[in-house]
Amino acid sequence: MSEGTLYDKVWERHKVTELPNGQDQLFIGLHLVHEVTSPQAFGMLRERDLEVAYPDRTFATTDHIAPTEADKRERPLADDQAEEMLSALERNTDESGITFFGFESGKQGITHVVAPELGLSQPGMTVACGDSHTATHGAFGSIGVGIGTSQIRDVFATGCIAADKQKVRRIEVEGELGEGVYAKDVIMKIIQDLGVDGGVGHVYEYGGPAIEALDMEGRLAVCNMSIEGGARAGYINPDETTYEYLEGREYVPEGEAFEERKAYWESMASDDDAEYDDVVTVDADGIDPLVTWGINPGQVIEISDTVPHPDDFAARTDREAAEQALDHMEIDPGQSMLGYDVDVAFLGTCTNGRVSDFEKAAAVLEGHTVDDGVRALAVPGSESVRTECEERGLDEVFINAGFQWRRAGCSMCLAMNDDSLEGDEVCASSSNRNFIGRQGSKDGRTVLMNPAMVAAAAVEGQVADAREYLDDGPTGGAGGVEEVAD
Amino acid sequence: MSGDDQHITAVSGTGVPIPGDDVDTDQILPAKFMKEVTFDNMADYLFYDARRDDDGEFNDHPLNRFEGASIAVVNSNFGCGSSREHAPQAMMRWGVDGIVGESYAEIFRDNCKSLGIPAVTADHETVTALQEWIEANPDAEIDIDVEAATVTYGDTTIDVDIDDAMREALVDGIWDTTSLMYSNRSKVEETVADLPYAEGDD
Repeated sequence: MSEGTLYDKVWERHKVTELPNGQDQLFIGLHLVHEVTSPQAFGMLRERDLEVAYPDRTFATTDHIAPTEADKRERPLADDQAEEMLSALERNTDESGITFFGFESGKQGITHVVAPELGLSQPGMTVACGDSHTATHGAFGSIGVGIGTSQIRDVFATGCIAADKQKVRRIEVEGELGEGVYAKDVIMKIIQDLGVDGGVGHVYEYGGPAIEALDMEGRLAVCNMSIEGGARAGYINPDETTYEYLEGREYVPEGEAFEERKAYWESMASDDDAEYDDVVTVDADGIDPLVTWGINPGQVIEISDTVPHPDDFAARTDREAAEQALDHMEIDPGQSMLGYDVDVAFLGTCTNGRVSDFEKAAAVLEGHTVDDGVRALAVPGSESVRTECEERGLDEVFINAGFQWRRAGCSMCLAMNDDSLEGDEVCASSSNRNFIGRQGSKDGRTVLMNPAMVAAAAVEGQVADAREYLDDGPTGGAGGVEEVAD
Repeated sequence: MSGDDQHITAVSGTGVPIPGDDVDTDQILPAKFMKEVTFDNMADYLFYDARRDDDGEFNDHPLNRFEGASIAVVNSNFGCGSSREHAPQAMMRWGVDGIVGESYAEIFRDNCKSLGIPAVTADHETVTALQEWIEANPDAEIDIDVEAATVTYGDTTIDVDIDDAMREALVDGIWDTTSLMYSNRSKVEETVADLPYAEGDD
């Protein structure tokens, strides 16, 4: 059993009592709410004549159904169902005294982008949201868990969830990332090594030199995809990078109060002699960017590798999954993903929808244009991200290259708004899931990759190595690009 | 305040095999059908795309062939992906009262517990044998005994695993966690008072 880890400490500080069913009642310090999974929970509260117990610890925004074209955000929304969901959230949060970041607030966006940038997500905190990517907030050294609607009802009514303590797996990520290799590649490498269900029953503690070197936005991308590895929560111990990021943000105390808060944060980090249920090492030294070739995030290769043969997998079930993936993706074993035709390029999401993600993509796009056959969307993760990108002139880079520059939302990650794949289109996507049907078309095909790789795929109309576009990339910069493009 | 808890010691009915590892929530309940503010219609959307051919007609998906079934039999890491309770809600509203599988994604299993759906596990051979038996015996009963942690079909009774908290919650009729936790409000206040980031709230 683990001892002295951040997870153990956070659990102990938030444990209210043990319940008769053997689970622990755990207080939730930050409850994030969006329009899709909350209306039913508000309905359940009303049925029982209960109120929201901790409205001040609850924050809401709209993301899943948010239209991302500016002129489609006029109310009422053209999509009746989306309007009903948004109206319900506005009404429910207003009646309950919950802060709601709507379109007009300038702070609307994806919950997992908004809460970190406002300083709501902090070390040593428990975070819950009716969304499986709540692990994102673990980047600060908090414990973030995705919950279902009945559990949202629990948090509304009691401020708590009933939970079983998990095992803690330390993932020591060794090595140094090369130019053009990013946090997204690190987490895909981890999932490649440990599998899509490797984390079931575990919380992942990410550490080691390759993790510590990441900035906060990179750490958010790593923790975000914990659930893709089967781990409900994943976290990184807070350090100076964390504290520097937090200082000065809207919901972070200032001056002396900041120092006091920081002392709490520091006290919650895993002890040097902490005990883990197990420790695994992942070697990220010199890895190439990764791309998925299949229909789950574990079906992933470094761009220099080739698509595996089903016979390469030991387990019969993995072989069957590989066969199904090859069939859906219309790809052959032994083939490189380089040159795989792309119809859509999608930049954004709670994984890669932050300012630095757009910077990385813009660095590739500078001086290039999107291939004629490609529909390219850049969707900021929040309105704050959009504003900051625009202040830096990044929007011009995208627009000049032929990208559509949109408003904030989940968009084509799961296509609950108008942004959707059609037919069997292939999407180069900076999102987190390549499940069949995920992007809105049952025949649609998703290739997950880092934001720079999405930009390169947009330019070439096929999967490409974005490092070719960087000044100090392996081929010496953009001079060699035209050959690649043609 | 009263919950709607009930003791669930056993569930039974005919079976439906839903084969495949890593069956994700986007297959079980595609996101495009989540734009409703209630769960009322979710049964209509269960495995919506997988159950239909290109013309929109029902294909030979197990859910089409085993209509009226109450016990779903699935493989490993079932329900992976999103936290949407819409997925088990859709299964429940379609008629599923209990699930036998190799393993479940955690949030999916938690959601089953919230809904009072026993989700038990057995090894690969046991589960595939049961799936094959259902194919051969579509009209025969399967019993999940939650209390005894067994599954009985035909002349066969197998031992299964069930998460302790789930078993206690179902058998003792205390799976409504809101009711359970609501009575501990003063203890919650004590916990909050000891959290540097939350003190002074409320």
